[in-house]
Amino acid sequence: MNEPMLRFENAAKGDEGLTVLDKPDTACNDKVMNEPMVRFENVTKRYGSLTVLDELNLDIARNEKVCIIGPSGSGKTTVLRMLMTLEQIQGGVIWVDGEPLTHMQENGQMVPANDRHLRRVRSKIGMVFQHFNLFPHMTALQNCMEAPVSVLGLPKKEAEARASELLDMVGLGDKRNHFPIQLSGGQKQRVAIARALAMRPKVMLFDEVTSALDPELIGEVLNVIRKLGAEHDLTMLMVTHQMGFAKEFSDRVCFFYGGKIVEQGPPDQLLGNPQNERTRQFLSAVLEAR
Amino acid sequence: MSIWDWSYVWEAWPYLYRGAIVTIQATVLSFVIAVVLGLIVALIRQSPNRYVSTTMTELVEFIRSTPLLLQVFFVYFVGPQFGILIPAWTAGIGMLGIHYAAYCSEVFRAGILAVEEGQWEACTALNLSRMRTWRTIILPQAIPPIVPALGNYFVGMFKETPILAAIAILEMLQQAKIFGANNYRYTEAIVMVGFFFLVFSLVASAIVQSVSIWLNRRYRLQ
Repeated sequence: MNEPMLRFENAAKGDEGLTVLDKPDTACNDKVMNEPMVRFENVTKRYGSLTVLDELNLDIARNEKVCIIGPSGSGKTTVLRMLMTLEQIQGGVIWVDGEPLTHMQENGQMVPANDRHLRRVRSKIGMVFQHFNLFPHMTALQNCMEAPVSVLGLPKKEAEARASELLDMVGLGDKRNHFPIQLSGGQKQRVAIARALAMRPKVMLFDEVTSALDPELIGEVLNVIRKLGAEHDLTMLMVTHQMGFAKEFSDRVCFFYGGKIVEQGPPDQLLGNPQNERTRQFLSAVLEAR
Repeated sequence: MSIWDWSYVWEAWPYLYRGAIVTIQATVLSFVIAVVLGLIVALIRQSPNRYVSTTMTELVEFIRSTPLLLQVFFVYFVGPQFGILIPAWTAGIGMLGIHYAAYCSEVFRAGILAVEEGQWEACTALNLSRMRTWRTIILPQAIPPIVPALGNYFVGMFKETPILAAIAILEMLQQAKIFGANNYRYTEAIVMVGFFFLVFSLVASAIVQSVSIWLNRRYRLQ
């Protein structure tokens, strides 16, 4: 009941308070909440004359967990790589958290983003790779501290505390001073997840993170991702071949074929009762391989 | 007249000592130039600007394809005709350094290209600056494996220093020649110079090897 009163007091103090009055909190939140966290708008990716993604349109809501499946060469990994700005796009715009990532507004016009803009918007995204890509000359702890110290400017102590906490979370607190070469594949991938999380991203991208692992190590990595999804406000986008995991974990599954989304929907529906012939073929082929 | 006369050895010693100091100074200084400049050239060749990288590549090719002696002569003898006076020491060390910088840049380049693409991608994903990426991620992985190759050039440069005699720098071999001419006796001085080159090369190789092992262990590579 006291809330409006407080707001009024703030308004009397200066401009900041006034804007709060102008845009009541609820309306403001609604706008933010309804806005997708990631939006691909007519995004086209070509390698020379080969079109990998053809006018892709895809919205991902805040905290949504989306799994991308599809045969190799369907462009599914490219979706993540474009979002991480590892690939340039030839058409369209990618939006992150309400602002353009690949472009910026200049005098009311959209122009390709410069390095500064890219770095700023990109900081909202974290990525975990199929082949871990850990820094081999650094310990697990140093791997997780490097970017927070050099990019976010965190004091060493604070970065170390954050890194330790994350390594504990992925169950590797006792391996913090180990070098990547001394870790198993599953452990490496868990360090890689902790390293990406240390930058506090809003969106996490997982690119076939279990594909390079021995079968018995897949579970430990998926468990960490499960835990992440349950305990943190993270938008997750994941390319995977683990259909069981996709079914249980994701809010939505997108099936890519030939550079397009052929079918998408809730996991039960898409994996259980696919409508498209291509999807059916793919799923039965995947199930057969089991 | 005996084949070997120890008295000449003692007499030649002060000459050769002075010469040895010059030889070592020249080697170390020009090696520092070669490594620093070679790294800079290698980095410039990675520039995304095609004109910049191509120009650098052509320049490296040019320097590698002409003799060192000619380059030293050019700087030392042709320069003054256009009013560019460079002291012998500067011209000699500088040109030896620049010449080997061209070779070293190739070595650095090989080391840089051997770093996996995924390392660059991880740096982008973590939003590291370009500078930071090079300094803390790429170069620490690129350099340790190429230390033996750089070491080979170090020993190679050491053996090239007698070229400096051509522009009247009194390095070791030149000192031996002067001593020999003064005394009509070359055997001892020349053999001593050869012995010194041999010992220094072996010692330098051993040092390079231990540096290489230390670096690889320090950075957990292999």
